[in-house]
Amino acid sequence: MNALRRHRELERIWSSRPGWRGKLTTVNNNDIGLMFMFVATAYFVIGGILAMLIRSQLASPHSAFMGPDVYNQVFTMHGTIMMFLFAIPLFEGLTMHVLPRMLGTRDMAFPRLSAFGLWCYVFGGSILIFALLAGVAPDSGWFMYPPLASTLGSPGVNADFWLIGITFVEISAISAAVEIVTTVLLYRAPGMSLEKLPIFAWYMLVVAVMILTAFPPLILGSILLELERAFGMPFFQVAQGGDSLLWQHLFWIFAHPEVYIIFLPGAAVISTVLPVMARTTLLGYRWIVVATVALGILSFGLWVHHMFTTGLPHMGLAFFSAASTLVAVPTGIQIFAWIGTLWKGRPEMHLPMLWIVAFFATFVLGGLTGVMVAIVPFNWQTHDTYFIVAHFHYVLVGGFVFPMLAGLYYWLPHFTGRKRYFKTGETAFWLVVLGFHGTFLLLHWAGLLGMRRRIDTVEAGSGWELINLLASIGGFAMAIGFALVLLDVAVNVAVSTRSRRNPWRAGTLEWAALSPSPSYNMASLPEIRSRYPLYDDPELPARIARGEGYLGEPRDGLRENLAVDISSGRPRCLVIFPTNSVLPIIMAAVTGGLFVGMLIKAYWLVPVSLVGMAVIATWWAWTLGSGEDQDPRPVGNGLVLPLASELKRPPGWWGSLFLLLADVVFMGSLLFGYAFLWTVAPNWPPPAYLKPGLLGPVLVLGGAALSFGGIRLAQRALRHDEKPWPGLLLNFAGLVSLGGAAGTVLARTVHDAHAFDATLWVIAGYVIFHVIVAVLMTMFLTLRAVAGYLSSRRIGEANIVGLWSDYAAVVALLGLGAAWLPGAFT
Amino acid sequence: MLAGCTESLSIVHPAGSAAEVIATLWWVMLIGATAIFLLVTVLLVLSFRRGEQPSGPEADARRERIWIQGFGLAFSLIVLAALTGYGLYVGERLLPRPGPDVVTVRAEGARWQWRFTYDDAPGRTTLGVLHIPARRQVDVQITTVDVIHSFWAPRLGGKLDAIPGHVNVLRIEADTPGDYAGVSAEFNGRGYTGHRFIVRAHDDAGWDAFLRGETP
Repeated sequence: MNALRRHRELERIWSSRPGWRGKLTTVNNNDIGLMFMFVATAYFVIGGILAMLIRSQLASPHSAFMGPDVYNQVFTMHGTIMMFLFAIPLFEGLTMHVLPRMLGTRDMAFPRLSAFGLWCYVFGGSILIFALLAGVAPDSGWFMYPPLASTLGSPGVNADFWLIGITFVEISAISAAVEIVTTVLLYRAPGMSLEKLPIFAWYMLVVAVMILTAFPPLILGSILLELERAFGMPFFQVAQGGDSLLWQHLFWIFAHPEVYIIFLPGAAVISTVLPVMARTTLLGYRWIVVATVALGILSFGLWVHHMFTTGLPHMGLAFFSAASTLVAVPTGIQIFAWIGTLWKGRPEMHLPMLWIVAFFATFVLGGLTGVMVAIVPFNWQTHDTYFIVAHFHYVLVGGFVFPMLAGLYYWLPHFTGRKRYFKTGETAFWLVVLGFHGTFLLLHWAGLLGMRRRIDTVEAGSGWELINLLASIGGFAMAIGFALVLLDVAVNVAVSTRSRRNPWRAGTLEWAALSPSPSYNMASLPEIRSRYPLYDDPELPARIARGEGYLGEPRDGLRENLAVDISSGRPRCLVIFPTNSVLPIIMAAVTGGLFVGMLIKAYWLVPVSLVGMAVIATWWAWTLGSGEDQDPRPVGNGLVLPLASELKRPPGWWGSLFLLLADVVFMGSLLFGYAFLWTVAPNWPPPAYLKPGLLGPVLVLGGAALSFGGIRLAQRALRHDEKPWPGLLLNFAGLVSLGGAAGTVLARTVHDAHAFDATLWVIAGYVIFHVIVAVLMTMFLTLRAVAGYLSSRRIGEANIVGLWSDYAAVVALLGLGAAWLPGAFT
Repeated sequence: MLAGCTESLSIVHPAGSAAEVIATLWWVMLIGATAIFLLVTVLLVLSFRRGEQPSGPEADARRERIWIQGFGLAFSLIVLAALTGYGLYVGERLLPRPGPDVVTVRAEGARWQWRFTYDDAPGRTTLGVLHIPARRQVDVQITTVDVIHSFWAPRLGGKLDAIPGHVNVLRIEADTPGDYAGVSAEFNGRGYTGHRFIVRAHDDAGWDAFLRGETP
């Protein structure tokens, strides 16, 4: 088989169906990545138009262009769209597109999950855009502080759009994060040990783990606030034992790491592109990895610096102030490692490099003002002024948008297959960069003169009218620049010449692929010996195309890929990937029913959607696995590997584990919120604590023992090729008993009586939800056993169910224990 | 009386000791940040103007020592430690410590008004104007009747939030008698832009008159 025939055969196997139907059913990382980036760009344009409306309003004093009701929606949606609908999905799309090629694998770990995430993002975002067009968009600021965002300050449906739309979109962030972690850890070219991981992959691994640990607090907060708004459960209402500060904690525990979740992908692009532009390799790879991990961890210890003016004790503030300045150290390490890399090589001024220089000029300033606002007394003055607005635009535009534009122009041949011809990009560059600094540099000074953020008019005689006029002119120049970037890309897509392979002479594996990248990404999977495989062996792309790596011979029309050992990168097993499917978009649409039901208060839609989701999930999972034991298969180069379905811990087990990490953080946030209300909220203790009684504790202890032992009994029976029924039955009985224990809590409390009762309802609901998930999984496993999908070798699914079943038991023990704790001692 | 209108909300035109130390902190940080930014710029520009560089693991190890351990780690740590220490010192000075001369007032935020009461004049309530004595330390006990607000008179000191169910105490001080502008500085809905107040600092005679109920 020659290279061309291999290409055609692999394209036939891996590509999506032609036409628009193909876009709806595709599960391919190239398609999904591009669609993510395309939709994110569309939201960026909408967010940008809102920004221009803001700048029009503030260009002259006492502008009557918009009244406060409209203006408040405009600035709230500008922030919300840029943070949730633009920044995160854009880098997720970029990552999905380039990461598999960089790692030398053929797709992301869970292709259908990628597609599901995409559609949740599209549908959830549409809900918010609908609210904007209908004039009922959220209007209490993008951080949604109650009571302003609760029924007291926002009686209308506006805030519900935010809470429900954003939570829907967050499904895509969580699913993308699970995928990125699993892909980086399990799917790499043979021999690519963690030590040889491309630096981009290290960054995205850290980012994905941060998403899994940072988003759950916000999801929890959104659920609590929506429950308060919809059912009067008083989590944030002080009269009934709630505390509005709880929202601020949950929100900023999310939103501070979020800043680094957005910056680190930018840093990943810089660390990848800058050495290529300087014709050298990255200085201090290990230092950068350590700095990135440190940044990821430290970023969770700084959230209080958004709350310096809420009246917390000064020594507490001092701790967070020190942590906030400390986080500048790993950032500094990266900045100086990049400058050192430039000194090591010979920098060339291509367009991506121009954007990197703009990054330095902008981000360093934003970092310096960031250190300033981390100093508590200065924060007391500048908090909620335009100094902060200017600061975070320097950080986010400088640290994210500029690097993404560097990445766009760097990887453009991958996306379009064409090399840039027209020089519009340079004009656009100067317009954007000069326009940006023209907009925001002087706004720092407006903030120091006392201009508060979110005011809807500029007062005459305030001293900041001229600054605002100049800022508006700069803003429009920047907008024209961004429009030119889009135009530049569009024109180049349409008319420029085809790109050759590896136009930048880079060393990482993604440049071994054709331009535009083929659907299968890698014609064969090469053996990797260093961090820059193409510098070791410039002939590698040709050898990959000739099928000299692993899986070079397409077989049986199957989407075949290799999974590797996490640390060493040795090939572990052969994975058959799912093909194009309509399931993801249907699943996303049915999931949407859940959210729309909440939004329009058609609560019957909620259980209907949940049942629908369970049915589709069963269908989804049923297509995996195999009805009989299969022999290990040759994968090329003399290597014979077992199938993933015959591993004790198949990729799905790892995916479940990473999803459970997010779940653990959710549970932790819930217990944190409970403890916070208990110790800080003014109107505690409640009139009465719930007494544990006898029935509940007996049910939970007995249920946990039964379910814990039952699933192990079933797994043991399967390992010995015996019938798993007794174990499965015990597990089932145990889970039902756990659910009953949670039911006793619901039966003995009134959901809207006091924040204590409301919290117990959420804890019990969380336990019941996990019990239902585990029950459905146990039933699924039973059906699989009946249908012959399980054996002593095909044990992976039983282990996945074991994870979820054990987790349900643990949250029941911990959660219900915490619910009964105060009542047991009073 | 409202000092130069364009400066009425300015952080860099302090009119009391609390605002003064923060303004000084700002100027120090501005000088430091400018110096660091220039350093980075120079290092960046120089990287483009150089010939062939030595390569190999030894040269890289040397570079890591200079760039990462030297600039990235040591330089950052020293600068940040010094700044954090300075910030902590300033923050401690601003704390509302008890003293014999401290005047206590209470500010209650509502949409979109401020209501002030006075420990030294029980029963006295003013709307939109907070009366204080000049040259004396004043503790403002801040709270709210509805959503979150923030009490901020920039020329007299920093801001502090008014949070339902909580009372926060802010220390302010005015050096000279006069009117000082104040605003609510936490977004609170449609009337936010116009949610203002005035801090009226009296001389000793004026303050006594206010306490006796002779000034409106």
